[in-house]
This record gives sequence, C-alpha cells and structure tokens, in this order.
Amino acid sequence: MLDPRGPIGAANRTLLIDSVAIMLAIVIPVIVATLAFAWWFRASNHKATYLPDWEFSARLELVVWSIPAMTIILLGGVTWIGAHQLDPSQPLDARTQPLDVQVVSLDWKWLFIYPEQGVASVNQLVIPVGTPVRFSLTSASVLNTFFVPQLGSMIYTMNGMRSTLHLQADAPGRYAGMSAHFSGDGFSDMRFTVQAVDARAFETWVASTRGAGRTLDGSTYLALARQGSPAPVTTYASVDLKLFDRIVAQDLPPGPGPAVERQGAAETPAATKTSRKP
Amino acid sequence: MFGKLSWDAIPFHEPIVMITSAVVAITLTGLLVWIVVKGHLPYLWKEWLTSVDHKRIGVMYVILALVMLLRGFADALLMRSQQAIAMGAAGYLPPDHYNQIFSAHGTMMIFFVAMPFVIGLMNFVVPLQLGARDVAFPVLNSVGFWLTATGALLVNISLIVGEFARTGWLPYPPLSELTYSPGVGVDYYLWALQISGVGTLLSGINLVTTVLKVRAPGMDYLRMPMFCWTTLASNLLIVAAFPILTATFAMLLLDRYLGFHFFTNEAGGNPMMFMNLIWAWGHPEVYILILPCFGIFSEVLSTFSGKPLFGYRSMVAATMAICLLSFMVWLHHFFTMGAGADVNAVFGIATMVIAVPTGVKIFNWLFTMYGGRIRFNAPTLWSIGFMVTFVIGGMTGVLLAVPPADFVLHNSLFLVAHFHNVIIGGVVFGAFAGYEYWFPKAFGFKLHEGLGKAAFWFWIIGFYVAFMPLYWLGLMGMTRRMQHYDVPAWQPWLIVAAVGAVLIAIGIALQVAQLVVSIRSRVALRDRTGDPWNGRSLEWATASPPLLFNFAVLPSVEGEDAYWGTKQRAQAEAKAVTEPDYADIHMPRNSATGFICAFFATILGFALIWHIWWLVGLAFVCAYATFVVLAWRDEDEDLIPADVVAKLDRANRAARVGIGQAA
Repeated sequence: MLDPRGPIGAANRTLLIDSVAIMLAIVIPVIVATLAFAWWFRASNHKATYLPDWEFSARLELVVWSIPAMTIILLGGVTWIGAHQLDPSQPLDARTQPLDVQVVSLDWKWLFIYPEQGVASVNQLVIPVGTPVRFSLTSASVLNTFFVPQLGSMIYTMNGMRSTLHLQADAPGRYAGMSAHFSGDGFSDMRFTVQAVDARAFETWVASTRGAGRTLDGSTYLALARQGSPAPVTTYASVDLKLFDRIVAQDLPPGPGPAVERQGAAETPAATKTSRKP
Repeated sequence: MFGKLSWDAIPFHEPIVMITSAVVAITLTGLLVWIVVKGHLPYLWKEWLTSVDHKRIGVMYVILALVMLLRGFADALLMRSQQAIAMGAAGYLPPDHYNQIFSAHGTMMIFFVAMPFVIGLMNFVVPLQLGARDVAFPVLNSVGFWLTATGALLVNISLIVGEFARTGWLPYPPLSELTYSPGVGVDYYLWALQISGVGTLLSGINLVTTVLKVRAPGMDYLRMPMFCWTTLASNLLIVAAFPILTATFAMLLLDRYLGFHFFTNEAGGNPMMFMNLIWAWGHPEVYILILPCFGIFSEVLSTFSGKPLFGYRSMVAATMAICLLSFMVWLHHFFTMGAGADVNAVFGIATMVIAVPTGVKIFNWLFTMYGGRIRFNAPTLWSIGFMVTFVIGGMTGVLLAVPPADFVLHNSLFLVAHFHNVIIGGVVFGAFAGYEYWFPKAFGFKLHEGLGKAAFWFWIIGFYVAFMPLYWLGLMGMTRRMQHYDVPAWQPWLIVAAVGAVLIAIGIALQVAQLVVSIRSRVALRDRTGDPWNGRSLEWATASPPLLFNFAVLPSVEGEDAYWGTKQRAQAEAKAVTEPDYADIHMPRNSATGFICAFFATILGFALIWHIWWLVGLAFVCAYATFVVLAWRDEDEDLIPADVVAKLDRANRAARVGIGQAA
C-alpha cells in the first residue's frame, strides 16, 4: 500500500503520512524530553536542581491540556474530511461510467461476477485501467474482508448483506488481493490476482471468457460453495444474472461448513453426530 | 455416559502436543509429590489455598499470571517461527493447529496473564494503600480468584483433551457457530471465559466497594494514591463491561447448544450484533488493563524521583475521563464494515479524544521527573521504557482511528504491532514495574537488581526487534493470522521478528533466574525497614511482609502522600514515636469455599463442553451446596487479642528502630 496504483490507494497513503507527520511533531519532542529529563535529573547529578515539593503549576497544566487537545482538533478535522471523501460507498468522481463487479467470498475463494458482461471468474479479477469499479460484495458463509492493498480501502463481506466499495486502478499491472479477515483453515490461500489491463485487452478477455467454460447457475454455485482451498483460477462463460441477489437474499443457502467426512481426529465420530443437530 | 468424550479426543498423533503435555504432567506430578512428601500440604491448604487474606490472594493471582505467561509466550514462539519459515511452504504447523495457537495465545495473554497480573497487584496493594485491614468482601475475593484459575485450567486442558478454538481470540460468528466450528474448541473457549468472567466480575465489585467504603480515617478521595484512583476507574469498567461479555457469550452458547439464532446466518441472526457487543466490552477491556498500570507508573515515578506526583488532580480527572470515554469508541474496531462516513468519523474523533487525557498523563509524568532525584532501579527503567514505547503505540493507535487509514491497515500486521506496542509497552511493562516495586513488600526481600535490569533490556530491545518489522509488514500489505504466504519480500522481516521473540524469551529466562537467585540469596536481600524505596504511600508504613491485619493500629491520614508526610513530621519533631493503644482485631476466617467451588466449576465446565449432562447436574448441585454451607456458617471471624497484636507490632517496631539507629 506504500506503492499505490489507484486514486483511493493514493489518498489513503497521503492521509496516513499526513497524520503521522502531525503526530510526530508532538511524539518526538516527548520522547526526547523523557530521555533528557531522566538523564539530567538522575540522582547522581548534583548540578540538577532538586524541587522535592514541586507538584503543581497552573500555567503548565494549561499547556499540558492544550497541546494534545489542539493536536486532536487538527487531526479530528483531517479525520472528518477524510472519512467523508474516502467513504467506500462514495462513487468516484470520473466521467467514465463505472464497471459493476459483484464479489462473493466463499470458503476459501473469491467469486467475481460481471453482470453487464455476463461472465464470472474465481480468484481472478480483470479490470480495465482508468475506469472506476463499483463493487457490490457479500459472503457465502463467514465474514471476510475484500482487500487489494495497492488499490486502497478494504471492506467486509457478510452473508445476507451487501456492502459497496469503489476503487480504480490507474496503472496496468498485476496486484495481489486477499482476505484480510480470518475465515478458517483455508484462509491463507484465499488470495486472488487483480489484472489491470487497458480497455481493449479487457474486451478481449471478456470475449474469450464468453467463448469457453461452463455456466454459473444455482447448482454450480452450490458446488463451488463447498469448502476447499487453494482454488484454481476458473472462468464461467455465462452466469445467472440473478445469482448475486439470490445469495444476498439467502435464496441460495449459506455455505455448508466442514463436511462430516473431512473432520480431523480432534472430532470424535460421536462429536460429529451430536454436534450436527440444528 | 461420557457425552462426546472418547479416546479419540486425545491427539496421540501430534508429537508436539503429546510431549508438551507429558512434560507439564510430569512437572506437576513431581511438584505435588514433593509438596506431600515434604509435608507442606497442610501449610499450603491453611495459609494459601483457603486464605481470604487479600495479600495472599493477590500473590496467587500474580503467580497464575506468571505461569500462564510462559504458556502464552510458548505459543508466540511457535507462531513467530512458523511465519519465519512458511514462505511458499507449509511450515511445520498445519492450519488447524496454527489457528488454535494464535487463538490460545490471545486468549491466554489477555484473560489469564494481563488480567490476573493487574488484578493481583490491585488486590495486594490497594487495601494497604488505603490503610485498611482487608478488602470489603474477603471470601468473595477468594471465590473470584479460584474461578479465574478454573478458566485458565480449562483452556490448558483443551491442549490435551480435544482442541481449542480456531476462531481467533474473539470468536466472530458465523465462523464460531456450529455450522463452521462443529468441534469442542469454541465451547472450551466460551465456558472457560464464562466461568473466569464471573470471577473477574466478583473481583471488580469487591475492589470498587473497597475503594469506596474501606479507607483509613482521613483518607479522603483526593488524598488517595493515584494507584487507588486508577483501580477504582478500572474496576468500575469491569463492573460495567463484563456483564456485556457474559451476555454476549451466553447468546453464542444458546446458538451453539440450543439452536438459537442470535448470530447465525440463518433465521434472522446477525453477526454484526456480536461485533458491536463484543467490542462494547472489548474496548473498555483494554482500559481495564492499562489504567491500573498508569497508576503503577505514577507511584513508581513519584517515589523514585523523590517528588510528589505532578498535577495530581489533573491526573485524577484524566483517569476518570478515560474511564468514561472508553465506552464511546467501540465502533473503531470495524470501520471497514461500511457503516457510513458520519458514523465512522464520529467514532474516529471520539477515539482520538482519549488521546487528550492520555497525553496529559504523559506530560504529568514528565514533569514529575523534572526537578527530581531519579534513582534508576528496575521499576524506574520499566517506567521510562514505558513512556518512550507507549507514545509510539499511542501514535499508531490514533492513526488507526483515522477511518481512511484504517481502511488499509485494518487486520494487518500493523494493527498487531500496534496493540502489542500498547499492551507490552503499557500493560506488561507496568505489571513488571509493579512486580519489582512491591515484591519486597510482599516477601520482605528485594529482587536481584542486576538480573532485573538485564531482563528489562532484553525485553525492550526484543520488543522493538519483534514488532517494528510487523509495523512495516503491515504497510507492505500483510494481514494477520496467515499460516503461510508467498511474498518473498515479507520473509526477511518475519525472520527479524522471530529473532526479537527470542530476545524476549531471554528476557523471560532472566526473570525466572532473577526469582530463583533472589529466593536463594534472600538473607542478603532482606529488607527489615518495610520501606526499601523511601516510599510515599501507606503500604510502606507497615512491615514487609505485612502482618495478617496489615496495620496494628489503623493509620490516620492528614494529607496526600500520607506516609511521606508522617516521615517528614517525625523528622521535624525528631522524637521517638510513642506506642499506640492496641485493641483487639477481628479478621475474617479462612474459607475453603472458593477452592471447593472452583473444583466443582471446573468439572461443570468440562462436562458442559463434552455434553456429559449427568455430570453437569451433579457438579452444579455440589457447587451450589458449597455456597449454602458457607451461608450457614456460625463463625466468620477470628479474634486477635490486643496483647498478641502488641507483641507482633513491637517486634516489627524494634526491627525498624534498629535499622534506623544503624543508619
């Protein structure tokens, strides 16, 4: 994220650096003063004045309360403006029409549905450079966080709920994406690649994806929703356009969790029998 | 007959677990045999296990914390070594094991290291500082401790029987629901914390009442030492926040055991509710831990600077402000849930506002040192190390409170580095400062100074080597809880972090050595004055270790820094203090209620985890019966006659005067 490739990521980084700079202005003097006071007023230094009863100074108290208060007022202003400008649901200010991508986190893979193009892919997100992307996100089972560090802000995916996030890539390239919220045994492999390509390459990718592969509908989705990792990159030539809404509406049931057969030795057969009650 | 429990629950195929368990079992058995053979059992039972003396209970809390620190730190070493080698490889810990380890590490360190450590110090010190004979509810105090120990025991049993939670130290649903976590791990977590949570709540009620109601004559609120104020604030938070935790876990338990749908995906359950509730407890929890440590630093810096605490009233105001504000910021733990700009901004700014009273405290400690004659004993080192380290942790905390910054740092190793920065740099350093500072009060001899200082340097350097790379890794986009990864650029930093963990391990080894060496050379390190550091508050006015009743005659307080004032006046008047009039003292009688109750609570928890329903009923009835027996006892106090008090106190005075003349 120190090497951002999009407007949101760049803004996140600017705000981060500004805030650190504001705070360092007070933190560094405090650290220096702590070490200096401790050294100068050491018991063996008889040159230092000893003030055994000095415990109050109204002026100093005023300074002591106002320095942190003023810093926080400044930083609070930065926060208020930043939180509004970089709100994930805020559309990006661009003339281009945003590309819609629907994101579903599954155990333990990422499904990306392109409703306008009618295609879908697993663990691979291809986006055109310079075009804002409007993500609608949900989860098939447990909580996850959709995060592409070089593009900026992350957001939670939750079953039965839809969250919104706007991002944009300004430079072509391959960026790592991941889940930033622990989601179970396959969590570490829950990664995907973002390929930011120019508009023509994106059209080519959509066309070639349409040309080959299976259809993603309710039943293929349910097979996909079973636990497994690491999942290979897969594409779907066509997709049920209502699929995302059906997942959000829980019309399609949430992911099934660990299958009984695959339980480790820590689970006794008796345990699985009793614990599977509704 | 045995519910879900069978031989399969024991992981015979995992050598790490089996060897560790065997070593622990052999050590414990050896210790037990030694105690019985040497005939220490009656002493242990009468003087410690059934003791309702706040000093003994405080010491037992700290022992529990130190032992659990070893367990929690072993987990840390496993995690650091796994991540150091797991670049593009599986490492040596499979995900199901690794996930248990980080969950157990967090649970252990917060609930069974940090909590008992600060509660133990508060228990030991506060009645002495208030000039009281005991806490408000001595038997309740004992019950609270033993229930905490029960929780710790259950978590450790999960190492060998069954498994521990694989859901992180806070079990976010739906992952922690039956569908996704069908094993007993989450149940171990929930029941262990439900039982110890009751213990913590009892302890909180007890300490709040003690500070409000049990003070020496003249000990007004604004004459109380800072540590008593922070204890009050911290325990008010316990009383307000722990019921939220209990209720939240109760709802998750209902989901898991009786098919409720509070937090499930189905039937209208909502996991967001869990996140709000758990952090409504969780954020005050971090202040429950840090506030008493702020008190410790105030005591230490003032004592070792030879000055009163600068801006005492400001410090009191700042403490109570933090106490109140800590309940208003919980949402900053999930800015990335998409709550909207207004909500995020309000909670972000509320979080930053806490930095104001905290900053005031830092400045006031700074001015406490100004114009002082600072003695660099181990407690001073921990305190100065804290000030330098904590401001960095505070800064990264405020940074995380800026929502757009949190959008890229949430759940990253930057966050992990931040909370270790404030918990190690604040709570752990504070607890160790308190441990070194009050150890001579508890046992009558000082800890070895050289080893203590060496341990400090290994800890602080180890901390920076271990956690500064984690800040950097977070900025590079590495998230927490990864069992393996495939970014080569991360590995060098993770190896550096592992080296840091080894340095801290050396620090811990030095502390163990310090304890052993100090006990062996206790005669040389003996302190007969009861006031080894030239202290200012009342705990130094009595013998070390204090007599059962703390003070032969309750002190009369005439100002802030009560004992310092007494010493100054005695010096000015330059006359021998006349012997006071001794009176009979009533002290609470020891009670096995806590120990027996915890014994049945352990069985109850275990039976609930494994669905052994008949045993659940039996253990519950027995635990309840223990309380009924307690309620029907006839005698709850022992009388110590005035002449015995006089004899004990004269011996103590003679020792002090002898020292005074020698000096």
